[in-house]
Amino acid sequence: MTTLLALLPVLVPALCAVAHFAAGHRRGPAKAALPWLLVGSAAVLLGDAIVLAALVLTDGPVVAAGGLLRADALSVFMLVVIAAVALLSGLATPAHLAAERAAGRAGTRTAARYCALVQLFVASMAAAVLAADLGVLWVAVEGTTIVTAFLVGVHRSRAAVEAAWKYVVICSAGIALALLGLVLLHYAAHRAGTGAGLDWAALVLTAPTLDPGVTRLAVVLLIIGFGTKAGLAPLHAWLPDAHSQAPAPVSALMSGVLLSVAFYAVLRTKVIADLAVGPEFAQALLLASALASLAVAASLLIAQRDYKRMLAYSSIEHMGLLALGAAIGGPAAIAAVLLHVLGHGLVKSVLFVGAGRLLQIRGTSRIAEVRGLAADQPVLAGCLGAGVLALIGMPPFSIFASELGIARAGFAAGSAPLAWATAIALVLVLVIAAAMVNHTSRMLLGEPGPRPEPSGGTTLTRTASQLAASTGTALIGGLVLAAALGITAGPLAGLLDAATRTLTGGTP
Amino acid sequence: MSDTAYVQLLNLTAGAVLLCAVLVLWRRELAVIIRLFAAQGVALAALIAVLAWHEGSPELAVLAAGVAVLRAGVLPAVLRRALGTAREGTEPVREVRPVVNVAASLLAAALLTLLAFAVSRPIVELAPSPATQAVPIGMAVVLIGFFVLVTRRRAVSHLVGFLLMDNGITAVGFLTTAGIGLIVEVGVALDVLLALLVLQVLTGRMREAFGNTDLDELRELHD
Repeated sequence: MTTLLALLPVLVPALCAVAHFAAGHRRGPAKAALPWLLVGSAAVLLGDAIVLAALVLTDGPVVAAGGLLRADALSVFMLVVIAAVALLSGLATPAHLAAERAAGRAGTRTAARYCALVQLFVASMAAAVLAADLGVLWVAVEGTTIVTAFLVGVHRSRAAVEAAWKYVVICSAGIALALLGLVLLHYAAHRAGTGAGLDWAALVLTAPTLDPGVTRLAVVLLIIGFGTKAGLAPLHAWLPDAHSQAPAPVSALMSGVLLSVAFYAVLRTKVIADLAVGPEFAQALLLASALASLAVAASLLIAQRDYKRMLAYSSIEHMGLLALGAAIGGPAAIAAVLLHVLGHGLVKSVLFVGAGRLLQIRGTSRIAEVRGLAADQPVLAGCLGAGVLALIGMPPFSIFASELGIARAGFAAGSAPLAWATAIALVLVLVIAAAMVNHTSRMLLGEPGPRPEPSGGTTLTRTASQLAASTGTALIGGLVLAAALGITAGPLAGLLDAATRTLTGGTP
Repeated sequence: MSDTAYVQLLNLTAGAVLLCAVLVLWRRELAVIIRLFAAQGVALAALIAVLAWHEGSPELAVLAAGVAVLRAGVLPAVLRRALGTAREGTEPVREVRPVVNVAASLLAAALLTLLAFAVSRPIVELAPSPATQAVPIGMAVVLIGFFVLVTRRRAVSHLVGFLLMDNGITAVGFLTTAGIGLIVEVGVALDVLLALLVLQVLTGRMREAFGNTDLDELRELHD
């Protein structure tokens, strides 16, 4: 029973992917309903995560599949994030695909393949967070690169091919460094003679016996490697390209949750590093990377001309904040980091879905060419405006609470470098907030200009430019959830607490 | 096998792995680079076979055979396919203008090897043995692979750089311990193969969209 629960998050999307592939090669009336399978599998994932959460909170971690999979509170929390974002992205997919088909950019075959790849993408993210063994985690994270490569390059335009190429080469090379780190960590564990292998829980228990010299080398490689995939500077160059070229629901998944899954690997590494070589080592690495990411995001957001790239750079900003929180460490900061992961996932997926819709309606992703959206599309404009406000950390949304938590923990840690870093980060966050509000207000307000011809050559009819009910549900639902989460963590509080304890000592 | 023979064979095969990586920097014809990569795969498999023989481990021997098939057979074949269609076109099959010229690249390789010996000190000191003393060579191959990745301009060169890194990591893995578990090992091999296939398809698309595979053409996206 528990084995099944731990396997479902990987199996269900994988089986759905097979169904999509099969449907893509058959002609029949059932095809129109198939994009909804994405919503179905995400709902199953969410239900499964809730049951697993109850189980893990009462009985402790669930081990399944011969010790390959292990669900502790942190894995289950990440599973909730994956399911929530997959649900939002899935809700937006049918309307997105319908609009693409209407514009002649996607056939039935392409749509089926697209859905199948998204399902595999979700399955490999679930496998990554449920993996007990860091090696399996690595294989799953690299798996996400492989399945998303064709999603990024789905349009086959010059820009899309370029984005996909950079994405696969930079991420694979970065993640190869993480593999080298794993090899060295395995060597250190092997020499310690405790038989821990790469099993995370066993490594945490035996971490003090690891050789500090080799572990230090391994930790540097692991943090740079998984940090590449998480979009942390200095190896962030792929992120704005990939996230701006991918179709909107895929961007939502990549920005909202894939980055966090890679960051989850960094968090797991940090626990081992802190025990084996002392907390200062990983802290210095993460702090440098956090400030570099925030600085990159701020400098490129100020004069940003493309709204999808604006959202992508904002993801680099938020990954930088997560790295800052992880560097600060301690229960308060880690709880804020985890809340930030969920809040950012919800809000960023709402914004990418909204931006994708905007791109379909206006046919341009340039900020300067979108004017007066509020008069034209009040619901979409309202959601985008509220989403950007949530993203820059306005109350009542949860990002306000988590940023406040990270900042307070930073100043309370009682170390001068941490306090300075937090202060610099706050200044950069303010700069970013000003830039994003400025860009967004120019798009939303003002007189709508002459309506430009949408790309694809077909003029949109009145109905086609209306927001589909499912997309609207995703947009508003995501924002409402993020706001509710800002007021109270509600039923998630227990899980959040247990997940924090997993990362800060307590029982692994 | 006597101990001296073991050490000599180990050093010979490890040296061959490094030599192939350096030669990749030296030669410019993409077809030759692919052949060198295949030769490195053979040397790597031989290295693992020597370890298997020394430890009398049939599992390692099977892994050595697997490495030989993948890295000397399948991966070079995929690379050749990535290159294949270019030959009929007007595209030159050479690395035309590498960012760093050949002489400087060879010098960089020497420096990277020294760097590899420096960073590998804690690894060797943890458990000095003939096998761990060869670890710096694996690290040097990883660094040279990274160097190829950042200084070459042709898509196929990038693929080779990525695979050199991977060969180096595999060498480090087998020299430090007997690999990192069968399931992970197979998963990694599968991931590398799939990543390469994805990149091969993207190379084809790049040729369709840009007319060649010069990565300098990739400048649609910037800020």
